[in-house]
Amino acid sequence: MFLSEVASVGGYFYLVPLVVFFPVAGLLINLIFGGKFSEKLIGWVACVAPGLSFVLAVLLGISLVGHPEGVTVPFVDWIKLGELELPWAFRVDTLSVTMMLVVSGVGTLIHIYAVGYMHEDVRHNGDPSRYRRFFVFFNLFIAMMMILVSADNYLMLFVGWEGVGLCSYLLIGFWYDKGKDGIGNAVAGKKAFITNRIGDFGFLIAAFLMFWYFKSFNFDVIVAKAPEVAAAAPGVILAMTLFMLLGVTGKSAQLPLFVWLPDAMAGPTPVSALIHAATMVTAGVYLVARSYSLYVLVPQAQNWVAIVGGVTALFAATIAVGQFDIKKVLAYSTISQLGFMVAAVGMGAFVAGMFHLVTHAFFKALLFLSAGSVIQGLERGHHAVEHDPLLRKRLKSEHHFDPQDMRNMGGLRNRMKTTFWVYLIGALALAGIFPLAGFWSKDEILAEALHLNPLVYWLLTIAAFFTAFYMGRQIIMVFFGEPKSEPSAQAQESPAVMTTPLVVLAGLSLVGGFMNLPFIHTFTHWLEHTIHLEEVEAAAEATPSYVVGGLNLIVAGISLGLALIAIAIAYYFYTRRAADLQKVPANKRPDDPLRGVLGPAFSVLEHKYWVDEIYWAVIVNPYVAISRFLAEKVDWAFWHDFFHEKIIVGGYNGLVWLLSKPIDTSFIDGIANGLGQGVQELAAAMRKIQSGFVRNYALSVFIGVVVIIGYLVLQLR
Amino acid sequence: MLPVYYYVALSAILFIIGTLGVLIRRNAIVVFMSVELMLNAANLVFVAFARYYQAMEGQIFVFFVMTVAAAEVAVGLALIVAIFRTKQSINVDQINTLKG
Repeated sequence: MFLSEVASVGGYFYLVPLVVFFPVAGLLINLIFGGKFSEKLIGWVACVAPGLSFVLAVLLGISLVGHPEGVTVPFVDWIKLGELELPWAFRVDTLSVTMMLVVSGVGTLIHIYAVGYMHEDVRHNGDPSRYRRFFVFFNLFIAMMMILVSADNYLMLFVGWEGVGLCSYLLIGFWYDKGKDGIGNAVAGKKAFITNRIGDFGFLIAAFLMFWYFKSFNFDVIVAKAPEVAAAAPGVILAMTLFMLLGVTGKSAQLPLFVWLPDAMAGPTPVSALIHAATMVTAGVYLVARSYSLYVLVPQAQNWVAIVGGVTALFAATIAVGQFDIKKVLAYSTISQLGFMVAAVGMGAFVAGMFHLVTHAFFKALLFLSAGSVIQGLERGHHAVEHDPLLRKRLKSEHHFDPQDMRNMGGLRNRMKTTFWVYLIGALALAGIFPLAGFWSKDEILAEALHLNPLVYWLLTIAAFFTAFYMGRQIIMVFFGEPKSEPSAQAQESPAVMTTPLVVLAGLSLVGGFMNLPFIHTFTHWLEHTIHLEEVEAAAEATPSYVVGGLNLIVAGISLGLALIAIAIAYYFYTRRAADLQKVPANKRPDDPLRGVLGPAFSVLEHKYWVDEIYWAVIVNPYVAISRFLAEKVDWAFWHDFFHEKIIVGGYNGLVWLLSKPIDTSFIDGIANGLGQGVQELAAAMRKIQSGFVRNYALSVFIGVVVIIGYLVLQLR
Repeated sequence: MLPVYYYVALSAILFIIGTLGVLIRRNAIVVFMSVELMLNAANLVFVAFARYYQAMEGQIFVFFVMTVAAAEVAVGLALIVAIFRTKQSINVDQINTLKG
């Protein structure tokens, strides 16, 4: 479709390149002129950029109401190589605009929050000059995410895919000189990048397979050709989807490549909220939803995706129970919720997966930002305590105060009222309590899972139980009870620039689920224009009596009941039992009431099933050992010392010796010298004839004459 | 009339005597005279065969030879005089400056 045709469709479709342009402009302004800007101006520029993108996304959404089938807006010719013609074109349909709205909407809120958060963070970490750098990276991230979601082909999507990975790396290592041993954060960034690289390898292989069999990267072409190729070569589609699954496990932090996401919490909290919870990590879910036409052709791949998602959801949810770092709990929760989404899109419930993606973006961004607010509240409290000579004496240890450790918190609901309420809303939404956002989306996934893949249904239901439990545990540890440290007792609420986005996100978490209410199914109908699934509709027709308007009452009842039970258990453990434990002497008291009950099992959870250690033992250490062997033995000792020094240099020297001594000196010089010498010897012999005696000459003449005449005489005869 | 081989035999004897003189004698003047003897031995054969064949070419050739011999004697004697002036000797064995 040409640009003129796009214009003739009407609406605002032709404006779509601007969704990428605005964040790029924002980052360029801050990059080039930001050095002279005040913090306030940098913040304004950085927030307006995604804000304008959001406005555009809304306009695109409005335009789509008239043309729900969507359009492709060509922008420039990108690659022309032989039979490959790849334009840089923007795909505007209900799926991509949904992602654009989430990315720019939640992104803008997080940008606003970050203006306040980073103001304190750069001072707390002691380098205010990095304020600008943060927002440059942040805008770059929005631009890359927009490229990812607006792509109309897999290669362009890959550009965004790698771009967001780069931003993730840059922002995890934002305080690259901090962390364990002064390199902890840099190591975390590296870990994220390398782990994602393994996933990207899968993505690339899938893309190459696509080009080989479809001769195109274009989504529409692949959708159209998929059944034909599947009939001709079914194994190819399976390989393609499974390699793509590897990419998904990398980017969306699924088993076995999830290990980078908890470490990614080393980045500033807005980064965790935007990149490692709300948007970037959902790229894998988006990718599977985008490729739905491939996945529906191979049930085997669908099954694998669903099981990976389900197992990850449960696995990560259990780990979250044993964590003490407020952000680590949320990180494992994110992995778990991503597992829900991946399982959903894996078993074919693409709409449910996307629905959960959207609601999760709301409440997980909210939770992370609130956690950031809590952390800074504690830092402010710590600051106040340190500067108060009376309170200072009550500090247990001066240097090792961890504002992220939930064991240092408690009772914050009185000190940080706004944060407490929004956190509570986020936690309840995540736990799936009616009628908050998480309830609707999670229930939709579970209801689909029940008839699509019962095994995954049970995995997810148990995971949902743990979700409610660890969120209850976190809320009680952080906000209820008595303050467990002096900074926590002195914690101060965050400024309005931080709490306002929290309130907006809390509102979205409250009502976000109404996008896809039973009976109405606005979101389903919205996405149906892009994701055409006949079988789901067929399944919806044959509904049992307990399914009312698409809402499976039994599933909803079970999950809601389990969530409430889990919260009740958490309440019992962390208020009653914690109170009982106060009687135990402090040195024998377990730091977590659950540890007293679960014993070693809790340690297993606290140490994340030792997955990192297993990876170190199984992959990293052997890899390092192999690298070391290759570097020291093969490369240095063999190639350098032996092959280069001995064989090549020795061989060269030998060859040079051979050329110089026997060939040049002996043979060639021998010829030249021998020639000269021979001439000399010949001359020496000849000169004896030249005796100088005339009579000798005369004799020679005489003999010559005699010979010639003799010859002639004999001849004549 | 004497048969022609008498003349040829005499001429051969004269030529051999001349040759031996050139090869054996050391006095440059004697060598020179021996060369003359050889030339005249050749002349004798020319004349003898001219007469024998009743052809004039041989006799004409003799005149040429005598002319050349006269010129040669002039040059040769001049050389011998010049050598004698530098070397105080006309012994050809002492004139070996061109030895290689």
